[in-house]
Amino acid sequence: MSKVFTIKRGLDIPLKGKAEKVIKKASDSQYYAVKPIDFHGMRTKLVSKVGDKVKVGTPLFYNKLQPSVQFTSPVSGEVVSVNRGERRKILEVVIENDQKYNYEDFGAQDPSQLEREHIIEKVLQSGLWPVIRQRPYSTVANPEDKPKSIFISAFDSAPLAPDYDLIVKGENQNFQKGINALKKLTEGTIHLNVNADYPPSEVFTKAKGVQLNHFTGPHPSGNVGVQINKLDPINQGDVVWYVYPQDVIAIGRLFDKGIYDVSKVIALTGSEVKKPLYYRFVKGASIKSIVEGNVKEGELRYISGNVLTGKKINSEGYLGYFDDQVTVIPEGKYYEFLGWAKPGFKKYSTSRSFWSWLQTSKRYRIDTNLKGGERAYVVSGEYEKVFPMNIYPVQLIKAILIEDIELMEKLGIYEVDEEDFALCEFICTSKTPVQSIVRRGLDLMREEMS
Amino acid sequence: MNALRKYINKIKPHFEKGGKYEKLQSTFEAFETLLFVPNKVTTQGTHIRDAMDMKRTMIIVVIAMVPAILFGMWNVGYQHHMATNPEVTITILQSFWEGFKLVFPIIVVSYVTGLAIEFIFAQVRGHEVNEGFLVSGMLIPLVVPVDVPLWMVAVATAFAVIIGKEVFGGTGMNILNPALTARAFLFFAYPAYMSGNDVWIHGLMKGENIVDGFSGATPLAQAAEGNVEAMPPVQDMFFGMIPGSIGETSTLAVLIGAAILLYTGVGSWRIMFSTFAGGLIMGLIFNAFAVNEFMSIPAWEHLFLGGFAFGAVYMATDPVTAAQTNKGKYIYGFLIGILAILIRVVNPAYPEGVMLAILLMNVFAPLIDHYVVEGNIKKRLKRAKVKAA
Repeated sequence: MSKVFTIKRGLDIPLKGKAEKVIKKASDSQYYAVKPIDFHGMRTKLVSKVGDKVKVGTPLFYNKLQPSVQFTSPVSGEVVSVNRGERRKILEVVIENDQKYNYEDFGAQDPSQLEREHIIEKVLQSGLWPVIRQRPYSTVANPEDKPKSIFISAFDSAPLAPDYDLIVKGENQNFQKGINALKKLTEGTIHLNVNADYPPSEVFTKAKGVQLNHFTGPHPSGNVGVQINKLDPINQGDVVWYVYPQDVIAIGRLFDKGIYDVSKVIALTGSEVKKPLYYRFVKGASIKSIVEGNVKEGELRYISGNVLTGKKINSEGYLGYFDDQVTVIPEGKYYEFLGWAKPGFKKYSTSRSFWSWLQTSKRYRIDTNLKGGERAYVVSGEYEKVFPMNIYPVQLIKAILIEDIELMEKLGIYEVDEEDFALCEFICTSKTPVQSIVRRGLDLMREEMS
Repeated sequence: MNALRKYINKIKPHFEKGGKYEKLQSTFEAFETLLFVPNKVTTQGTHIRDAMDMKRTMIIVVIAMVPAILFGMWNVGYQHHMATNPEVTITILQSFWEGFKLVFPIIVVSYVTGLAIEFIFAQVRGHEVNEGFLVSGMLIPLVVPVDVPLWMVAVATAFAVIIGKEVFGGTGMNILNPALTARAFLFFAYPAYMSGNDVWIHGLMKGENIVDGFSGATPLAQAAEGNVEAMPPVQDMFFGMIPGSIGETSTLAVLIGAAILLYTGVGSWRIMFSTFAGGLIMGLIFNAFAVNEFMSIPAWEHLFLGGFAFGAVYMATDPVTAAQTNKGKYIYGFLIGILAILIRVVNPAYPEGVMLAILLMNVFAPLIDHYVVEGNIKKRLKRAKVKAA
């Protein structure tokens, strides 16, 4: 076995509602959407308009800042609406499913026989390119860059996260084809990082052309940022690419069948789901088909993704581009009388100031209440407990708040992403919106450097 | 509680912008959030949050101080009794009641003055009222002698809150520990009430009904005078039946508080541990080179003497004014321990070195952090160079 990296500082939040390891086929969704807001640094330019007929893989829009990167439809049918937010920013392009599954044909080819340019061209054309992202900044990779390595995290350590070993089952060939294609994109190593706590799926262990690394420890051990930090840290000027396993499979399918097939398995999780299960689903599909009639009473928060980094959607919202999990938890719009003074037997806290530490094995139903007011930083040493990189998190946050580019660089902003700070935000006594601050810092850096 | 909630909802509009009591908005909000944890939900980023908030943090610290407060009240009564009428025995409750009558007004004055100022500043700034003073307001009474006039408590509290904290931007921004700032202010402005042998026990300054030949000197003062034989037995110093500031005398009470702080994770064990380690090591150094009696008292006894334990547990660990980095905390605590014993032993004019040691290290904490962070930056740059080479 290769070297095992042990992550010590982190936290597994014991939430209720883990998905049972059964995969069900979700009934076909009527509406699908591709959301420009899933990607950072986008200036969206539409190429399709309402009323256009599209096939699976027909371009919908592209990024003006990276014109070669286009985003295509996950389903065949008709573009029915373009939803805009503040300042007419495009939030989502919605397609109505015609249930015919007409695919654009991009031609099946063996990636190991192709040149780098041809692979890039094909992936770009199909609209699969955005699955490849880069560090720093977590933006869609620039096809002109040559990354020093490519990272694939083969497990997700986030709360209630799906089991990747289950969802990639039987996809050996497509996964290998995807790896073969990625292999051509870098002169460096492809790091495939698996969990050391249990024997991982054959799909990962038998993959050729990759370096298998083992990680163990609490969340965020599955975050690709943490893995990069341990294996091949990013210095100024470095670029590392990363891809999620299900997207590697999608790349494999593109070369195997010549089609844009972004079907995947997702986990429906959370304390408010009646039957948390796995579903066969498609990127961008409306979650209505899986949550309708399957959730408990009350005001609920639907999240595309996990509770730490996911995006809030409504009960008919669409699965985000990079998400393989939907979480449903209760909203917390209530007042609690003297809440801060109660013993708190049912309240989850990492500090032992609530009596809930008496029950260690318990899983919690946590709602979205902020549980306190926002304050200046008072308590120190909190973030360090859940932040496993050799970076001073609070100092970095403060550097971002004063917009000191040079200091941010020195403190290691290139190595981090908002998701790496999600646990810091969770435990923060001062209720600081850490993730959005980090995103602001990354955007600032990107604009400064371009 | 629904009725109360309904009432608050009903009067709330008056305090919002444009309402008739707009000027009391911060005050209203402070009381509202004190009664009810607000109904605010997460909007972006992490959807769930840890149940810990600032109010809980501060209340835990106050709870950790309760043993010291209760013991302090009893000890005030007990010491006064021993000074005036040692032949008659009185019960624990009687001592406590005597002490309560003297200490409670100080607590009230400290809280009322400090909170009033906090509320005004919060309103002027348009901020929410910060909870930090819940702790400072309790610490101030514990670090003053019992006979300090109430107006002095008020003046010192005002000084500490305004100059020590609010001018820097309020809770979380201050450089010096507010409670120690208050004590230092009193110490330098009104030394007659803060030092000497007569201030530590109630009634000694007036000198009425005092038993002939009674000395109210603290053990520390006796040691500083080279009068080591006159020091009370070690167990008295550990349990705290000695003259001193109201809350600092009992090492046992302080240790109970420390246990609460450490168990809940609110107080930093790094700082506590390294402060005690620093004090012990400095004591051992003095033992090794002892040229007078004070230098030769056992190193571990220093940890029971004066306000050392109290300072290490409640004051040095103030997260705002301490070093913020984990490495920095070790250095910060260690130097507090060293300096406290050094000042105490070498400079008899300031037998209580802990206060000055902590204030001094408060000032140096940002510098310690700076070098710790700088070390991290250098490592990163070095890594980049190795790669490039």
